[in-house]
Amino acid sequence: MLSIKNLHARVEDKEILKGLNLEVKAGEVHAIMGPNGAGKSSLASVLAGRENYEVTEGSVTLDGKDILEMAPEERAREGVFLAFQYPIEIPGVSNINFLKTALNEIRTHRGLDPMTAKEFLQKSKEKQALVEFDAKLVNRSLNEGFSGGEKKRNEIFQLAMLEPKLAILDETDSGLDIDALRIVSRGVNKLRSENNAFILITHYQRLLDYIVPDYVHVLSDGKIVKTGGKELALELEEKGYDWLK
Amino acid sequence: MENNTDTEFLESLADKEYEHGFVTNIEMDILPPGLNEDTIRFISAKKNEPQWMLEWRLKAYNAFLKMELPTWQNFKMPEMNFQGISYYAAPKNTPKYNSLDEVDPELLATFEKLGIPLNERKKLLGVKDDVADVITDEDGNVSERPLVAIDAVFDSVSVATTYKEELKKHGIIFCSISEAIQDHPELVKEYIGSVVPQTDNIFAALNSAVFSDGSFVYIPKGVRCPMELSTYFRINAENTGQFERTLIIADEGAYVSYLEGCTAPQRDEHQLHAAIVEIVAHKDAEVKYSTVQNWYPGDKDGLGGVYNFVTKRGICKGANSIISWTQVETGSAITWKYPSVILQGDNSYGEFYSVAVAKGKQIADTGTKMIHIGKNTRSRIISKGISAGNGQNSYRGLVSIGAKADNARNFTQCDSMLIGDRCGAHTFPYIDAKNPTATLEHEATTSKIGEDQIFYLNARGIDTEKAVEMIVNGFAKEVLNKLPMEFAVEAQKLLAVSLEGSVG
Repeated sequence: MLSIKNLHARVEDKEILKGLNLEVKAGEVHAIMGPNGAGKSSLASVLAGRENYEVTEGSVTLDGKDILEMAPEERAREGVFLAFQYPIEIPGVSNINFLKTALNEIRTHRGLDPMTAKEFLQKSKEKQALVEFDAKLVNRSLNEGFSGGEKKRNEIFQLAMLEPKLAILDETDSGLDIDALRIVSRGVNKLRSENNAFILITHYQRLLDYIVPDYVHVLSDGKIVKTGGKELALELEEKGYDWLK
Repeated sequence: MENNTDTEFLESLADKEYEHGFVTNIEMDILPPGLNEDTIRFISAKKNEPQWMLEWRLKAYNAFLKMELPTWQNFKMPEMNFQGISYYAAPKNTPKYNSLDEVDPELLATFEKLGIPLNERKKLLGVKDDVADVITDEDGNVSERPLVAIDAVFDSVSVATTYKEELKKHGIIFCSISEAIQDHPELVKEYIGSVVPQTDNIFAALNSAVFSDGSFVYIPKGVRCPMELSTYFRINAENTGQFERTLIIADEGAYVSYLEGCTAPQRDEHQLHAAIVEIVAHKDAEVKYSTVQNWYPGDKDGLGGVYNFVTKRGICKGANSIISWTQVETGSAITWKYPSVILQGDNSYGEFYSVAVAKGKQIADTGTKMIHIGKNTRSRIISKGISAGNGQNSYRGLVSIGAKADNARNFTQCDSMLIGDRCGAHTFPYIDAKNPTATLEHEATTSKIGEDQIFYLNARGIDTEKAVEMIVNGFAKEVLNKLPMEFAVEAQKLLAVSLEGSVG
């Protein structure tokens, strides 16, 4: 599904990704771990198309399509979803209307009719229940005044509603207490299917107790330096990252 | 995506053409440019006015001659050549229409094109009363379209007023002010100039001398007006000014919601619009006045555009009365406008909800005055300024608490949003409190539409133009929510259009 080959990227003059390779197939969950400053969040930003990241070399394709040529909204419509590390507040824009607009943009792109209000609300109710999202937050302004945990849970609710092919969770576990972590993880586990794939970017092995990955990669200095199964995360927990350098 | 910076993108949105810039070709009676006593006598005679009205105008003219242009505004006052303006322009052969069928089809077509239906909705066969159409909002909710009675003003004259007969059944008077001077002189005499004195400011004096037409509303005691009343102003002729005057009186316990809209053709020279609106709310009465102002703003280099110098004021005369101003100001090269409320009656309440957009070379200097005189009077000010391109947006407000205004309360909130980095937002709040029991609150914020906000929406499949539209509408939501529903939808579209191209 996702194929990253020899990806180099920089912000201003600083090279951040230095020849990164990654293959993700449908149905897989990949965890990306690594020390601070290794380029984990930069990878997420480059995949989503954040403007200040410049790709200098390499390719990224999603189901064979070159996504680097696409604007961020086109990538989203093609099925890339980034759960933000720091979700943004947008005052006055209701969460539910925002989601309806987003979903209908994506549907239109795929040649589907926009959902009617009734269908949409029905879907929203199902997904709220699925990911245990508080109904009160649905009608509030987008992330405005949400707690850190509520924002993260809203990202998972959006993920459930928009049903992307590839979901990138950028440190979704950071700042969550253990209950919130469980709820978020349960949501992600319910959303896993044969047709989608997840990239979990995380500092901590803790998340991987709840969402069990198929592969664990260690990102260091802009490259993937080690790949293993879920047991690699435990090893990292024990030994740290230094031994890999 | 191209390597546009946020700023470039935001700035390129401002170039969308003005949608209502067309000119109607119709034979006009136009007075040559110039202003002197004869001009005023001509206008008064043309309208067949009684002597007292002419004398009132002449008194205002004499005051006007002694007055100076204001100097306190936050922009350089353009040169005003009052002799270069034509003070009367009316479609030929338009004395008074007895029915809409007599209105020049060209005029009806003009208003139709502007989206202002001057036909009273046809009655369906077998149904006694007017049947409201059905409207569907964006969430698919279906509701009845409320009836709106419209007074349409084309240059200097009112060309049609709809639903007059229906309103008459309730004792409501809704007509052009010219007609009111003929048919209800006692009401006009009592109230005209009672809220905005002739000498209030130079533009008010000028308007009082040369006002051409406008709307008149009287809601009798205890009557709740069954439909929205609306005036639509259209400037068409070249080199003319528009000086309309609106007078709304709500007698004891009455209620009315009033809407005002306006547009003008695209012309290279500036046109002056100096209007007056006066509102009187007696005991227990409530008046809601909503404006969507979309005069031609000039092109992106500042060529042409309407100079909008308007005095709007209401008085809560009786106890427990309410006056509420809501305005969405998207047009005009310069807007100079401070809809105000004099809170004279005890327990009366005044509101001002405003969204003002300044893009391209537009200047908006707008705000309100809340004058607390009676006991337990309350006021609320919500101002949202949006600046883009080289636009300059100033909020100017006065909250005045008189010595006898025990327990007066005011809440003021001024929020500014900047799009791009060449525009400006300014806030000038004045407070004058002479009573120690007053409670005053003031909150102010300034924000920039952030790259982060746009990217967040992009990352959910929403393109940048729509993202900005959503963010701006979200910012203005508190004000848009105060508008009657149909108007709110229009205003939302207008905000989207008027910022289109401000982001790139």
